[in-house]
Amino acid sequence: MVRSSTDAAALVHARGLTKHFGALVAVNGIDFDVARGEAFGFLGPNGAGKTSTMRMINCVSAPSAGELSVLGLNPVTDGPRIRARLGVVPQADTLDTELRVDENLYTYARYFDMPRALARQRTRELLEFVQLTDRAHDEVEPLSGGMKRRLTIARALVNEPELLLLDEPTTGLDPQARHLVWDRLYRLKQQGVTIVLTTHYMDEAEQLCDRLVIMDKARIVAEGSPRRLIDEYSTREVLELRFAIDARPGLDGKLAGVADRVELLPDRVLLYTHDGEAAAAALHGRGVRPESTLIRRSTLEDVFLRLTGRSLIE
Amino acid sequence: MIASLITRRRIQLPAAGRAAHLVERNTVLYRRHWLLLVSGFFEPLLYLLAIGFGVGALVGQSITLNGRPVAYAVFVAPAMMATSAMNGAVYETAFNFFFKLKYSKLYDAVLATPLGVADVALGEITWALFRGSLYALGFLVAMAALGLIKSWWALLALPAAMLIGFSFAAVGTATSTFVRTWQDFDLVLIVMIPLFLFSATFYPITVYPGPLQAVVQFSPLYHGVSLVRSLTTGSISPGLLVDASYLVILAFVGLAIAGRRMQRLLLK
Amino acid sequence: MTGLLRFLEHHALLYRRTWKGSMFVSFISPLLFLGAMGFGLGSLISRGPVGTVDGVTYVAFLGPGLLAATTMQTAYVEATYPILAKIQWLRTYDGMLATPLTIGNVVSGELTWMAFRLMMAAVTFFIVMVLFGLIHSPLAALAILVAIVNGLAFGAPILAFTATQHTDSAFSVIGRFLITPLFLLGGAFFPIHQLPKLLQDLAWLTPLAHAVTLARGLTTGHVASSAAIDMLVLLGYAAIGLVAATITMRRRLSK
Repeated sequence: MVRSSTDAAALVHARGLTKHFGALVAVNGIDFDVARGEAFGFLGPNGAGKTSTMRMINCVSAPSAGELSVLGLNPVTDGPRIRARLGVVPQADTLDTELRVDENLYTYARYFDMPRALARQRTRELLEFVQLTDRAHDEVEPLSGGMKRRLTIARALVNEPELLLLDEPTTGLDPQARHLVWDRLYRLKQQGVTIVLTTHYMDEAEQLCDRLVIMDKARIVAEGSPRRLIDEYSTREVLELRFAIDARPGLDGKLAGVADRVELLPDRVLLYTHDGEAAAAALHGRGVRPESTLIRRSTLEDVFLRLTGRSLIE
Repeated sequence: MIASLITRRRIQLPAAGRAAHLVERNTVLYRRHWLLLVSGFFEPLLYLLAIGFGVGALVGQSITLNGRPVAYAVFVAPAMMATSAMNGAVYETAFNFFFKLKYSKLYDAVLATPLGVADVALGEITWALFRGSLYALGFLVAMAALGLIKSWWALLALPAAMLIGFSFAAVGTATSTFVRTWQDFDLVLIVMIPLFLFSATFYPITVYPGPLQAVVQFSPLYHGVSLVRSLTTGSISPGLLVDASYLVILAFVGLAIAGRRMQRLLLK
Repeated sequence: MTGLLRFLEHHALLYRRTWKGSMFVSFISPLLFLGAMGFGLGSLISRGPVGTVDGVTYVAFLGPGLLAATTMQTAYVEATYPILAKIQWLRTYDGMLATPLTIGNVVSGELTWMAFRLMMAAVTFFIVMVLFGLIHSPLAALAILVAIVNGLAFGAPILAFTATQHTDSAFSVIGRFLITPLFLLGGAFFPIHQLPKLLQDLAWLTPLAHAVTLARGLTTGHVASSAAIDMLVLLGYAAIGLVAATITMRRRLSK
């Protein structure tokens, strides 16, 4: 990885960053900074403005207003120079389906003007890294979703990027494939690659991000490390109750005072408290008999619920 | 609307070095599909054999060039060469380009690299030209072997075919940016078929009544055919400059439209 | 039978959205071809060494030839890309076979649909021939039937082949090395007997030469005594194709 000690400024710096599509405001005046070496996340539901923000950082979409610098350069005028140092994993894989697996990496390396011998060497190394060496000469189309995703990640790494942009890296993958992707990303983080990712999975954000912003309706509604956000906006524990469909009306008033905060969701009731066991016992004492009870630690999902009044994934 | 007014974004100019990498991508692809590449040469040759000689036997020497009757194949072969330059360019750009633009999303991936929209357009058009020149050269050799070349000017028929290819590649790229579905290509065919049939390809323009002759002169392929035919038969006149200028102007109009449209489609 | 009907309903639904465009092309294209080649080129040929071709004007010679060649091309297009798309890319058949529809329904349905498309193409072409004054007797309308069977004689075996493919790369090879050469050399544009002997023999092995001869006989009013053999060849190709397609589709889809 190229590192210059003189570059103390943020790798990505945005102030009042805005994107309109006609009358639609996709990104509405957001501020954020991404420091070198950190893993930074945009967490939010579909349509929150995450992808538009990523496309602006990638210099394929010009900001409508506000300030944006990437690697200390202006994305509007220095697109090619910036993109030469970025790695991009878009939401859809956009692999070159006419080419084979290894040819995908080789030609992509050539787009970065890499010498042929080096391009071949990088192809070999990266296939190894994403565990696709035995599929090197296969067509792309028959690969599984997880394999295609890994190939896309390998493709984003051909130029040894200083900044890796990942737009929903594991959406649509099965749990096993997700963990494999997470493992690879974790290794990259260890190697000091700066990562910016978007996700609507709270567990992904918690696993991968040092710091994140929560986006909703084109704005940033909170910022911090996953731990700090949970501490700030939620309680230590959550008591989750499920009731039979007709038992809900009988709850009126019985939940008051047991927890710091109560959320009534269509399928369950969430009680936010520092001590789940105590709350459960108190409810039992009041004659509340749920079908099931679960005590768990707070997650970013709870933070999002608190901030927006909605679930992340509907 | 407001957005596009605020940011008059600077258009990234094409760079030959970057565009060359896209050409290389196509060579990687066709290394495996060389048969497909080579067979592109086969088709115009078949047309020449079928129409030039098969139908030519029925036509006999009823066409005169430079005041002398010539074999039909001598007359029709240059038209086949010009048509195949047009077809090759349009198929490579309009159809393949559309597929990569809208379906395989290839360019979305390419634009995440240092390559810009103009590099993509330049690269694809260069590839189409390269491929077209290969076929034109092969066809010219075949014509010579079959005794259908009557002048040393025929050497210039190769650059003439490249010019035809360039014009139609530019127009084809521009067209593909307007195409929404595969069905819209029916419209492309509705334009291509009459161009192919009525651009004085199979018989001299004099077969048409006067007013219709004027209409035919609007066809870019007519000028392409006229250019190549004049060169292979050695009937050189100042009119060739008109033919060439028409194609050059068409190329620049096509490029301007294509560049503008791609910028809008790819860099939302 | 109801399975087959359900299957065709699916096609009809999609066709309702696109038929105008495709009809336009299938009408305009023969109009232009016959106009430009038949009359334009015909005017040169009438002044040429022979004047007429096999005893008729060039346009009367070309019309029925192109009619048969057109259904061959239509069948080729219909039996390749859209079928592979439904087998592999869109997986339409997987969805259909999860219902009471059978593989037999799928094969017979596709071929029935193909016959319908061929009929539309042949009828529009025939109308153009009527407009050009090439049709003199009601019997000539049988040429439409010949064109449809010719289409199936190509379409059914190609469908069988498509079911064995996993990519579309072989399709352009078929197009370039079978369909286009036949279109150009198979008797539509000039008489087959002008070809070298070897190519003549090869041409007679394909359905097209038989279809062109039959159609031309019907529209020009000179039906040869070998017409029954020509028809049997066409039906034979279609029947073999149907059996082969049922086998290959069953192998492919019941995996």
